[in-house]
Amino acid sequence: MNTPLRRVAMSVMVMVLLLLANATYVQVFKADEYRKDPRNQRVLLEEYSRQRGKILAGGQAVADIKETNDRLKFLRTYPAGEMYAPITGYFSPSYGSVGMEFAQDSVLNGSDDRLFVRRLSDLITGRDPRGGNVELTVDPKVQQAAYEGLHKKGFTGAVVAMDPKTGAILGMASTPSYDPNRLATHDSDEQAKAWKELNADGGRAMKNRALKEIYPPGSTFKLVVTAAALQNGYNKDSQLTAAPDITLPGTQTTLENYNHTNCGSGSTASLETALALSCNTAFAELAGAVGEQKLRQQAERFGIGTGEQQIPLGVEASRLGDIPDKAALYQTGLGQRDVRVTPLQNAVLAATIANGGARMQPYLVKSITSADLHELDATKPKKVEQAVPSSVASTVRDMMIKSERNTGGEGQISGVTIASKTGTAEHGTDPRNTNPHAWYVAFAPAENPKVAVAVIVEDGGDRGLGATGGKVAAPIGRAVIRAALQGGG
Amino acid sequence: MGQPTSDGAAPSSATSTNPGLSVPTRRGTELLLLAFAAFLVTLANVLVEANQSGELTRELIYYGAAYLALFGAAHVAVRLLAPYADPLILPCVALLNGIGLVMIHRIDLGQADRAIQLGQDMPTDAAPRQILWTAIALGLFIAVMVLVRDHRMLAKYGYTAGLVGLVALALPGLLPASLSEANGAKIWLKLGIFSIQPGEFAKILLLVFFAAFLVAKRDLFTHAGRRVLGVDLPRARDMAPLFAAWGLSVGVLVLEKDLGTSLLFFGIVLVMLYIATERAIWLVIGLTCFAVGCVVAYHLFTHVQTRVTIWLDPFVDFYGKGNQLILALFGMGTGGVFGAGLGAGRPELVPFANSDFIISSIAEEVGFVGLAAVLMLYVLLSMRGFRSALAVRDSFGKLLGGGLAFAVGFQVFVVVGGVTKLIPLTGLTAPFLSQGGSSLVANYALVALLLRISDAARRPSTLPKPRPQQAPIAEAHTVLVERPK
Repeated sequence: MNTPLRRVAMSVMVMVLLLLANATYVQVFKADEYRKDPRNQRVLLEEYSRQRGKILAGGQAVADIKETNDRLKFLRTYPAGEMYAPITGYFSPSYGSVGMEFAQDSVLNGSDDRLFVRRLSDLITGRDPRGGNVELTVDPKVQQAAYEGLHKKGFTGAVVAMDPKTGAILGMASTPSYDPNRLATHDSDEQAKAWKELNADGGRAMKNRALKEIYPPGSTFKLVVTAAALQNGYNKDSQLTAAPDITLPGTQTTLENYNHTNCGSGSTASLETALALSCNTAFAELAGAVGEQKLRQQAERFGIGTGEQQIPLGVEASRLGDIPDKAALYQTGLGQRDVRVTPLQNAVLAATIANGGARMQPYLVKSITSADLHELDATKPKKVEQAVPSSVASTVRDMMIKSERNTGGEGQISGVTIASKTGTAEHGTDPRNTNPHAWYVAFAPAENPKVAVAVIVEDGGDRGLGATGGKVAAPIGRAVIRAALQGGG
Repeated sequence: MGQPTSDGAAPSSATSTNPGLSVPTRRGTELLLLAFAAFLVTLANVLVEANQSGELTRELIYYGAAYLALFGAAHVAVRLLAPYADPLILPCVALLNGIGLVMIHRIDLGQADRAIQLGQDMPTDAAPRQILWTAIALGLFIAVMVLVRDHRMLAKYGYTAGLVGLVALALPGLLPASLSEANGAKIWLKLGIFSIQPGEFAKILLLVFFAAFLVAKRDLFTHAGRRVLGVDLPRARDMAPLFAAWGLSVGVLVLEKDLGTSLLFFGIVLVMLYIATERAIWLVIGLTCFAVGCVVAYHLFTHVQTRVTIWLDPFVDFYGKGNQLILALFGMGTGGVFGAGLGAGRPELVPFANSDFIISSIAEEVGFVGLAAVLMLYVLLSMRGFRSALAVRDSFGKLLGGGLAFAVGFQVFVVVGGVTKLIPLTGLTAPFLSQGGSSLVANYALVALLLRISDAARRPSTLPKPRPQQAPIAEAHTVLVERPK
């Protein structure tokens, strides 16, 4: 019996070797992947053992830290809750982190290299290491105006306001929002309850629409078409069709102006009038005349079609979509068809025109500071490219001033000239019977722009099918501009 | 492990003045190794204490002393009852048991902290209970040594053992769920204040039965049946025990939803059949049965399908059925090569961290290195068992010893393989490590039998042959020696 005994003993050895090989795979080769998985609570618990840095806006903490006497030691709090939730995100013991909490995690948890000297001195002085702070570019007054503009009326939508000269984001709101405190609590039942509620409708409230949702830009896209036309033989007085409807080339489909009106009083209308009155027929033909290639080129210069980016929050890619034929090109000229942009992208569009055609990189982090508020690094404004010559930019600006004068809605600010463009974007499978999205992009003061803003209100806001950008979105945009100018910033 | 290894078979001249007659008992080596184990376990406990509360209490020394006293008693029993027993087996077991106790204590601390942090009720500590079980297990260990003075006497009770084992194995499956089901497996016998898993004891009883049965009927099995394609097939009726074992495994699987025991049981029977008959054809037939059983079980039982799906990719059901395995993998991955340090990891995040998943808890805190060390302890234990089986003179002892040694090794493979995602997760306990009384008590009985066999293997014959009287050299005749060519 000895031979089989030896063989069986050998087989036990082989089994243990297999176990060792597999353990090597798990603990050596896959170790990093398992360790860094955001769902691995160990990472989070480790982070909780250090005092996490704050997220600040205008010197006020929007993500703060409170000492507790439980095992996690520190409780994350969000004093402004829903207003800043799309920016701060949450830092939850059970559900990981998102938003700025995720994007700037290395700074907040103290592991960022820029905090190295700081950590060293902590080591020497024997103090508990603390994370660094993240100072946002956000102006609390602008943020409040943006959030309340949407929230008070119960709108679903987003607002982005930025400084056109630097690209610094002054406000970013998205509604409906959520209270990140409920996910940050150390009470796991409450966390689970909140998580379940927030995910019940597909996580609608937790989506930052300003960056993560893409919408048809509607008439606001006419600014891109205008900029392209002005560089290709057109000027503000070039005459375009004033017909109330045209037939799309190669189809039986008619395309109408809003309310099926004539564009102005004549048989033709100038480019300036067409933009001020937002005439669809004129811009459809104009886009057709400019051509796909030049339109696409211009759109890319403004940032549409350049892919995703990090500001440092992730931004969905805006795009022009495929343009298979002339009919599609006509519709693209109106910002319909497959054109999709993020609210941030539309704010960049307005800011670029405001800044003499120079497109600035949008950013949310002004600086990072050590725990004792010593500045360690600051974001420098960065010009991405000259999207249009400054002469073209100023022509478009003048046209936008005229457009603003033709726009209704409340909230005009006396003594401040606003340059703007509205949009009423159709969407859905039955666009004529679906409440349109209302857009408003603007900057002010027109002569020396300090703020550029984009507002979108989904599904007509409180106006249903009769909604327009001017009636629904413009008042919010103007309130944001007012708040930004009050600050003198 | 860096433990001094001793070769029990080699006579040492230092302890013996008459090398031809006496074999060293090596009990001194055993005691020394036990003391070393006590030192390691105390050290581990110190680390846990330091990392968890940041201070050391005097109680640690008492724990260490109590541990040494417990195993000292076992040592004395071995010294008296099985003086020639293998000196490595008991220290290996003691160290594994000690590591298990430290880990269970450490997870108690972790779970208490977690309960405070989550505002839940404090869980009851598992460590004191496990210490109690250890004491009971060592009591049974000594009892087995006392009762079984010669392992061969067990052969006489083969059928009795088989019957009792069978009943024990089948009982939870036949009882109503209220008396036998916990955490999805019907393997318990709930007896009011405490529960036992009869399957753990059945494992040993059935081993005894099979050893006795196979030795008695050995000749039958080696008889050739028909020869097909150059392979000697056993006769159909000789295959009956194999099929019976197979049927029983399937029964356990169906009635008790216990993949682990089913697999373990079938593996043991197969290997014993192979050892007894020395014919590899049994392995082929057995593995074929196994494969068929797997396929059938997979198609018939959803719980088997679930296990397999999770095994292939636990991440498909992250917050559901795959969760506990993923949490274990996260723990082991975070531990990495050297581990988080005893008391510095978060093993309590894994469900059943101190029982089914104690291996992942160990792997998290002492890393791959520590896990490898623990596996080496098991290998050492199993190999010393095989060694005893090889050395013992009677067939029954060989077969029983081989079966017991294989049972330890195979159970470790099934448990550790399941937790580390090498094979589908089953739900067996890691011998001597896992929290749980039945497993501990049964495995100590197993070790007592192994020691008994090793004692028989190394014990010199009670009546040494009289040595041929040699005449003084001066009086010897001159002998003609042929020159070697």
